[in-house]
Amino acid sequence: MVPLAYYLALSAILFCLGVAGFIFKQDIITVFISIELMLNGVNLAFVAFSHTLRQIDGNIFVFFVMVVAAAEAAVGLAIIIAVVRNRNTLDVDQMGVLKD
Amino acid sequence: MQLTLFLIFAVVAVAGAINLLVQRHPIYSALSLVTVMGALAVEYLLLGAEFIAFIQVIVYAGAIMVLFVFVIMVLNAGEVARHPRSKVAAWIGLPVLVLFGVLIVGQVYGNYHQNTLRMGEYLVQTGPIGQSLFHQYLLPFEVTSVLFLVGILGAVVLAARRDDVTDKKTKSVAAGR
Repeated sequence: MVPLAYYLALSAILFCLGVAGFIFKQDIITVFISIELMLNGVNLAFVAFSHTLRQIDGNIFVFFVMVVAAAEAAVGLAIIIAVVRNRNTLDVDQMGVLKD
Repeated sequence: MQLTLFLIFAVVAVAGAINLLVQRHPIYSALSLVTVMGALAVEYLLLGAEFIAFIQVIVYAGAIMVLFVFVIMVLNAGEVARHPRSKVAAWIGLPVLVLFGVLIVGQVYGNYHQNTLRMGEYLVQTGPIGQSLFHQYLLPFEVTSVLFLVGILGAVVLAARRDDVTDKKTKSVAAGR
């Protein structure tokens, strides 16, 4: 027997760690990995609510989140390859063309 | 029993996530994320979501992370050189983020502490998921396939070398002449 709140707390902690990685890391690949961590945290909340409410929809939503994450990873990594090829750096702080 | 398993794998997941933040080389961050995903797959099994647990391992930890590791390898990505960033952002951002996390956890605990989950009480098998996916969620499913197609095309276009493309164009133009 596990309280639902424990699952939701774990989900929130993983999401916050993902936000921290997104904000504080300087490496564009790690920033992207942090986004995946946030998605995983949200998925856990979906499955926990699906179990609590005895509804299958939570699992379906997780399926769609995974599909979108896969498409996002493919496009995002292609963008990273293009950016690194053009600017020759992985540092997010040096990618400020719009700012400069 | 379930609480013990939950706590063990919750600690593994959080430790993996913290390691993801602490490591400076992207390949270690990617492998930490694989650890987090494996631990979360066990949590899904505890919640009776078998299908999600297995596609978590196969698709997420398998396919998507292999893509990440492959790109890290192709780019030969190493540690990014440290340079000073805004001190104000670090001194204000971190406490605000911690406050945000504490608020979410507190809110969640206040609202849902009376609900408890039992292992094996509600088992979601693959059959009902397929039924739901192809009846109630048929349109989103089909839209997703279009999304995938566009995503693949976009990835190919973005990752293609521009100079090669222009070279071929100029070559074909030259051959036409």
